[in-house]
Amino acid sequence: MIRDITVGQYYPSESVIHDLDPRFKIIASFIYMISIFAVENIIGYGVVTLFIALLIKMSKIPVKYILKGLKPIMLIIIFAFVINVFFTPGKIIFQYKIVKITDEGLYRGFFMAIRLVFLIIGTSLLTLTTSPLKLTDGIEKLLNPFKRIGLPAHELAMMMTISLRFIPTLLEETDKIMKAQMARGADFESGSIISRAKGLIPLLVPLFISAFQRADDLAMAMEARCYRGGDNRTQLKVLKYTKKDLIGSFVLILYVAFLFAFKMVW
Amino acid sequence: MSIKIENLSYIYDEGMPFETIAVNNISFDVENGEFVGIIGHTGSGKSTLIQTINGLYKPSKGKIFINDIDLTDKKVKKSDIRKKVGLVFQYPEYQLFEETVYKDIAFGPKNLNLKADEIDIRVRESMKLVGLDFEKLNQVSPFELSGGQKRRVAIAGVLAMNPEVLILDEPTAGLDPKARDEILKQIKLLNKKKKVTVLLISHSMDEVANLVDRLIVLDKGKKVLDGDVRSVFKEYELLTDIGLGVPQVTELINKLNLRGYNINETVLNVEEAKNVILKHLRGDSDD
Amino acid sequence: MIKTDKLNFEYEDGSFKLENMDIKIKDGEFVVIIGHNGSGKSTLAKLFNGIYLPNSGKIYVNKMDTADEDLIWEIRKSAGMIFQNPDNQIVATIVEDDVAFGPENLAIERREIRKRVDKSLKTVGMFDYIQKPTTSLSGGQKQRVAIAGILAMHPKCIILDEPTAMLDPVGRKDVMRTIHKLNKEEKITIVHITHFMDEAVDADRIIVMDQGKKIMEGTPKEIFSRVKDVRNLGLDVPQVTLLAHMLKEEGINIDDDIIKIDEMVEKLCQLK
Repeated sequence: MIRDITVGQYYPSESVIHDLDPRFKIIASFIYMISIFAVENIIGYGVVTLFIALLIKMSKIPVKYILKGLKPIMLIIIFAFVINVFFTPGKIIFQYKIVKITDEGLYRGFFMAIRLVFLIIGTSLLTLTTSPLKLTDGIEKLLNPFKRIGLPAHELAMMMTISLRFIPTLLEETDKIMKAQMARGADFESGSIISRAKGLIPLLVPLFISAFQRADDLAMAMEARCYRGGDNRTQLKVLKYTKKDLIGSFVLILYVAFLFAFKMVW
Repeated sequence: MSIKIENLSYIYDEGMPFETIAVNNISFDVENGEFVGIIGHTGSGKSTLIQTINGLYKPSKGKIFINDIDLTDKKVKKSDIRKKVGLVFQYPEYQLFEETVYKDIAFGPKNLNLKADEIDIRVRESMKLVGLDFEKLNQVSPFELSGGQKRRVAIAGVLAMNPEVLILDEPTAGLDPKARDEILKQIKLLNKKKKVTVLLISHSMDEVANLVDRLIVLDKGKKVLDGDVRSVFKEYELLTDIGLGVPQVTELINKLNLRGYNINETVLNVEEAKNVILKHLRGDSDD
Repeated sequence: MIKTDKLNFEYEDGSFKLENMDIKIKDGEFVVIIGHNGSGKSTLAKLFNGIYLPNSGKIYVNKMDTADEDLIWEIRKSAGMIFQNPDNQIVATIVEDDVAFGPENLAIERREIRKRVDKSLKTVGMFDYIQKPTTSLSGGQKQRVAIAGILAMHPKCIILDEPTAMLDPVGRKDVMRTIHKLNKEEKITIVHITHFMDEAVDADRIIVMDQGKKIMEGTPKEIFSRVKDVRNLGLDVPQVTLLAHMLKEEGINIDDDIIKIDEMVEKLCQLK
């Protein structure tokens, strides 16, 4: 289960998508997200599907790997689908006692599920093709204009880098502690909600203790390597807007224009 | 309690691009009361192997029998296996979580729904088994203890389940020589006195040389050697090839033989090395 | 390189003390500090790097007083530090980014960082992993990346606080080979803290600590030949040293300061 989480992970590979400037990719992701919620008809979704399929192909990431990322949130998708199907008023096409399925509901449930799937695929594509360091660097640069109003852009970015760095470590640790407690007869899978929540204590306490220990160690190690915050610091990798990004922007504009021009939006 | 492992394989991410065979067609039997060392590198599959024996991983292929009960049979309850097979993970002190040593050790027995007085007996007994003073330490927070003591508490927590088989994954990792020797001594006693079957995972030949009855050597997921300690140590070249090495004295005797000594015995410790060398130097060898 | 003068240190909760430590470490030396857990060796390392400050007495690193706040970054630049847990000292997700972290903090120019990163990774034998995610490495590889990260800051001295305690034998060997290479080829002073005696046989000097005090000091031969004293402290001696000691007790004419297998082979072949 823990090994299935691909959201937020980086998949190293050499592709045009990997090479794009993270700032551009972040902005493009936002535009993409808006577009999937704005698109209103089947043809529109066809365009989105084609677009995302093209991106996946270009990113050289196995489709299987991306789909694996959907597994953990399948429940949410199904939930969104069911809620819409059963609770949208409209023309009834099926009724059994109080359970009603409407034409509208089926339509909306279907689109809601599709939107969520596209949303997850799109955002995971961003993190899969952008190394966490580049990603945070991109965020830092995009936030830089807000420094003047007191936003600690560098610190936020550093916090993100470190969290991303430690997510796999902590997941592995969670897995290990869970197994160790299971070997002592702990049960994380059955029982009422209350007993399950209580059952998490043997997992959470060691996890927190270890996370604090790690944070403490890391702070010391960073200090020992002369880290003093963002001022007066250079960077090995400086973000550069290249020709590829220019082409990327062009493609993005084309995509949005296409959606509008053919009235696939609203 | 006997363990029988038949053609066991475990594959991570089967069918995925990162597919790796962690355990590759391994078979062996362990008899009741045996003390077996399982030795191999990081990535040799030893940790995966023991987790399948405890029912934490479901094997991809093959069967595991514990006292003739097939673990891979769906009808067998995992919790019943874990009652019988105790597993101590690497750096087990990371699993401590209770306010007192007593409560932490009682966690396992409590999960078995035992009565309070039975739990009390087990906590006292397991603390004694790992050499911790009950009166002095049972109400202390486990987080205030030294590294070696924490590890004993963690091991006691598994012993309190009264397992018939105890599996330990590198129980001495990160400990200093003193703490290491003490823990190993306790484990040996446990095997001798309580007749607990012990599987001890290690990557140190020095550590297991004088400890176990039998050694199983793993390399890249496969079993490459299996036998009593002396016969395994005879395979000096194979062990060096897979980078495990042998204790210094074993290597010494080998090098002496290359330089004209003629020592046939396989030595496991300094005492034995002293005796064979004395025998040869004083010229009372039979050959 | 490092000098302490009547150093005293006590934790705020009074839990641990270092008493009257006088230590001198010369430029280019390879010194091993050994002792079991709780002997104070790790505390000492953190004092060398200005992470802790002494209660009384002085510590000079490269002639700089660690208590001088203005010099602290200079001190940390010249005396780099490697810690025990390989997972908890890697900042970045990609190998080269982690190695660049130190030089970036020193505000070194980009092209120079690039050069330093490549060179340091080559020195520790991890250049092939330059683009790899740090989480995919083994413990020993992580430690070598951490060493490269310090190396890229161009230190004069590296203090390693039990860098091998959590590694498997292969990882340990790789790390030991790397730090010996740094000492010999790059002339970097090494202070290696450990409880593994076999890592001390190739040192220039060993300092043995117990209960916050320095109790023995000398070359590996001098230290190990005191088999009984060392074992009483709960520490190991190399098996061959112990063997030599036992053979001598049996009346065999053999030196008891043998610390390596090959030495022992030579001696025994002469005797035959």
